[in-house]
Amino acid sequence: MIIQNRRALGITGTLIGALLFCAAASSRWDHVPAKDHARMNPLGSRPDSIAAGALIYKENCAQCHKDDAMGDGHKKPGLRTSRIKSATDGDIEWFLRQGDLGHGMPSWSRLPEAQRWQLVAYLRSIQQQ
Amino acid sequence: MVRSSLSSALNSCRHLPAFLVLALVPALPAPLLHAQEKPYFVTYSHDLEEPGNLEIESKTALGQPSGSNRYGALASELEYGVTGWWTSEIYLDGQSTGQESTLFTGFRLENRFRPLMREHWINPVLYVEFENITGADKNMLEVVGHDGQGDLAELNADTRHEHEHEAELKLILSSNLKAWNISENFIAEKNLGHEPWEFGYALGAARPLRTLGSGKPCVFCLEKFTAGAEMYGGLGDVASLTLGDTSHYVAPIVGWQLPKGRLSFSTGFGLNSNSLDRVYRIGWASELPQIGTWFRRNGGTR
Repeated sequence: MIIQNRRALGITGTLIGALLFCAAASSRWDHVPAKDHARMNPLGSRPDSIAAGALIYKENCAQCHKDDAMGDGHKKPGLRTSRIKSATDGDIEWFLRQGDLGHGMPSWSRLPEAQRWQLVAYLRSIQQQ
Repeated sequence: MVRSSLSSALNSCRHLPAFLVLALVPALPAPLLHAQEKPYFVTYSHDLEEPGNLEIESKTALGQPSGSNRYGALASELEYGVTGWWTSEIYLDGQSTGQESTLFTGFRLENRFRPLMREHWINPVLYVEFENITGADKNMLEVVGHDGQGDLAELNADTRHEHEHEAELKLILSSNLKAWNISENFIAEKNLGHEPWEFGYALGAARPLRTLGSGKPCVFCLEKFTAGAEMYGGLGDVASLTLGDTSHYVAPIVGWQLPKGRLSFSTGFGLNSNSLDRVYRIGWASELPQIGTWFRRNGGTR
């Protein structure tokens, strides 16, 4: 019985180790699929999208990226960057959906897609300020 | 007779301070954010706590086993996002049974890991838990093996002395499809005191009532409400894998995002004679954002 338990613990430990090893691989937004890269914001032309996105930003993003989207100067990056300015709507929505779990950015797939697009509209608007 | 009643009442009150502390943990000052996770009570989705955030949550279960006393059980939970792919939690459990007593029933330590860094159609999460609880625990945070209402009907005076050291593994599979979350949990639990592996399941589906943000701060907007259902039950043990001789529940759920927290309600309906007729659940969750920065100089900036 003890040997069986040790074997079960060994297998479980190996499985956990393998899964954690997989966790070392990360998703970076340099690898946005072409299909997503080409997507346009379907809510981009709606005048209320920016205001709605601002509220979603305040509730979900400002805690890390700060109210002014300038980041904390340390691990939480600012969002007024040339990288975001040059990204397509689809790039930003893909990155919000995927997150970057290996570097502390959660996946926002928990938000409905429509709200992610509203957030994209807001992030676009602050690049022009 | 009077002395007996008085003694019983005093015995019941003996653990009241500890129980009140448990009940008040979620009411600590300065909760700044509403919690983001789905309003499930038993099912887990692949939503993990955001890194650096501490979620404080309470889950209350109210029920009455057939031929026994009403009870209320409270699980208070502290959940911390260690990294983007690892969340760690501690639960403190208690219960109060009418005509009997109020008890602290133990603690649980949990860890959830997301092995895959990308979002997929189905997202696996590995869940590992250690429980140190007594037989008097009535929180029903999962149903496994041959769990039934008979276990909940036993007297606190008898079950409080049964110590259960258990390891629990869950495979959580979860998908966000359109605005829906669909989650499936497969549970394997082992009492470390040489008892067989027991199995259970939990399934959940939930969706916000409105997917588009309204753009104005509001409390009663439809996008603040999430509705869905979960179903959970036991699957027997290694010796007898079965859907019978255990209990099963189906429970509609409603979650309400408030400015400072999330309120959840559920009524579970027992699906067979081993199940409670009804289990009423109420939950409250708040998040303290980025608590790690509280302990750094200059608010965490360098």
